[in-house]
Amino acid sequence: MNATLTGGKRMAPELNGRKLLLQGNEAMAEGAIAAGCRFFAGYPITPASEISERMSYRLPQVDGTFIQMEDEIASLGAVIGASLAGIKSMTATSGPGFSLMQENLGYACITEVPCVVINVMRGGPSTGLPTSPAQGDVLQARWGTHGDHPVIVLAVSSVSECFSIIVTAFNLSEKYRVPIVVLADEVVAHTRETFTIPAVASIEVVDRIIPNVPPEWYKPYEDNSRGVPPMAPMGEGYRHHVTGLVHDSQGFPTEKPDEIEAFMKRQFRKITNGFFEVQITKKINIDDAEIVVIAYGSVARSARHALAMARAQGIKAGLIQLVTLFPFPKSTVVNVMRQCKAVLVPEMNMGQISREVKRVNTGLTEVFKYNRIDGQPITPLEIFEEIQKICGTGV
Amino acid sequence: MFSGMTGLRHKYLRHHKKFPHVWCPGCGNGIVLGSFIRAIERLGLEKDDIVFASGIGCSGRMPTYVDFNTLHTTHGRALAFATGIKLAKPSLNVIVVMGDGDAAAIGGNHFIHAARRNLDLTAIIINNQIYGMTGGQTSPTTPYGAHSTTSVFSNIEHAFSIAELAVAAGASFVARGTVYHAVQLDKLIEKGISKNGFSVVEVMSNCHVQFGRRNKMADPVTMLKWLKDHAVSKDNGSSMSPDSLEDKFTIGILADVDKPDYIEEYKKIREKAKGC
Repeated sequence: MNATLTGGKRMAPELNGRKLLLQGNEAMAEGAIAAGCRFFAGYPITPASEISERMSYRLPQVDGTFIQMEDEIASLGAVIGASLAGIKSMTATSGPGFSLMQENLGYACITEVPCVVINVMRGGPSTGLPTSPAQGDVLQARWGTHGDHPVIVLAVSSVSECFSIIVTAFNLSEKYRVPIVVLADEVVAHTRETFTIPAVASIEVVDRIIPNVPPEWYKPYEDNSRGVPPMAPMGEGYRHHVTGLVHDSQGFPTEKPDEIEAFMKRQFRKITNGFFEVQITKKINIDDAEIVVIAYGSVARSARHALAMARAQGIKAGLIQLVTLFPFPKSTVVNVMRQCKAVLVPEMNMGQISREVKRVNTGLTEVFKYNRIDGQPITPLEIFEEIQKICGTGV
Repeated sequence: MFSGMTGLRHKYLRHHKKFPHVWCPGCGNGIVLGSFIRAIERLGLEKDDIVFASGIGCSGRMPTYVDFNTLHTTHGRALAFATGIKLAKPSLNVIVVMGDGDAAAIGGNHFIHAARRNLDLTAIIINNQIYGMTGGQTSPTTPYGAHSTTSVFSNIEHAFSIAELAVAAGASFVARGTVYHAVQLDKLIEKGISKNGFSVVEVMSNCHVQFGRRNKMADPVTMLKWLKDHAVSKDNGSSMSPDSLEDKFTIGILADVDKPDYIEEYKKIREKAKGC
């Protein structure tokens, strides 16, 4: 933890420890500021605009910078630029803007620049359903930019998670030098809840490791045991080259197969090494569960209520809430699959995470899916009824 | 130890790391790079305080060769990255080099908005009227009637005037030079960098390999002569008849206005926000 970022300046004092009525979008903005984010570039889009709006008046209060760019491509470009200069940076958008960001998301991957991209999912494709919730961008978040690349995708399900998971996103981004996509959906983003902003001292903030060698020894992309090279901010003596071309340990373009393979494999190894802390799940009533719901985002919220309804009927139901969608938390899911009779994956898409669940299910259990793509949230009652149906089939 | 251009080469180029360069013999990019380095030397800027960013194309490779904080970004987006860097660390001198396709086609939107926003960046745009690296396709500055690999029968679109576009979009400083007029180019780039606000220096350049070969100017000397013959000094242009100016372009300083730059303005916003 860097002492300079943990001081009281990180959050305007009047908010520190205060109980506020916040919507998810506003809580994500506050979470970012608490994590040390001091640069935000964005472009207006429903249902994510409140993040830009809050950042536009909160960042100048804490000596940060907000800028409204000409489009989402430029927004992520500016975010990457600010991060290269050593400032924690974020942007936020929804489906159409997220599509535009794919180009520079790949740039952040190959240059290993920490940054956070929030995608408040709405119905798609194209302009789709601007004011309705959906979870249709899950696989785009993983595979949207071209080429093999590592990326970490997190999902939030409540206002309090909007705050805490954004802090986690910044921490993982800084630690692993990787862009983090945070998926919210319209329901989470616009739900208002009371939320107590935690005291600054109670929030763990991780900062990127900077080089401790003299500039002439610095190799910006040199491998080490973690696979994450120290990152020198621009303008502090460590002059080096940053390029979207595949590069050698000095940062210069290379076409040598041995250097290319070592570079690409390190990208994946650094994330694999961190599975223990990158793959975040929340397990509820799992120990004796016969039917396990696997859900994320606002659907996980509904699933919690459905669990209570099922338990009241004597059905042993449990929940795995996926906070990390990618890298897919295979070991957690597989371990639960070994002991339960059926798994239900409700999603506001045609089955993007259920594909992952089925992929890791090697005959361990039965996988059911429940999908809504009509712009309506999935309610607790719907999930409860699906659980009942699965019980009725006699599994 | 070294004098003149040799000294500058040793001081500013990554001569032991990244040479030979990728440019064709006779390419105008080298002349632009030379002018840029001489401008930096004259301004006495520290290498650590300079960020040199580019997009994609032949011009995109330029930062690779110089010993600054260098950044080779995505196609057309260099100004967006530069915006983030400058806002995050205003003490840095952020200079962007782009090509005509880079700045006026795929990056056209970023270009006009950077000019409108008036953040203190310098954009050097090398206009060789063609997509060189990809093999000679029509660019937004390819002249009407010229030939390229995607307008084999002749180009039916009309060219952008990059410098005039920048003036209209509100850039604080706009100049146009050519690689033939290298001494003037040194000064234009120097003025562009020292100007507070968004500065644009358009450099008319030669791509004899991809443009010239298809337009009866297959060697660099012919192309440089073409640049010489078609460039009209801004001071002389006003006294010439419109007919004689028809296929010409003006060189010199086209706009130089003083207005507060984005960072000065944003400081006021911070004060207002803290008063809330």
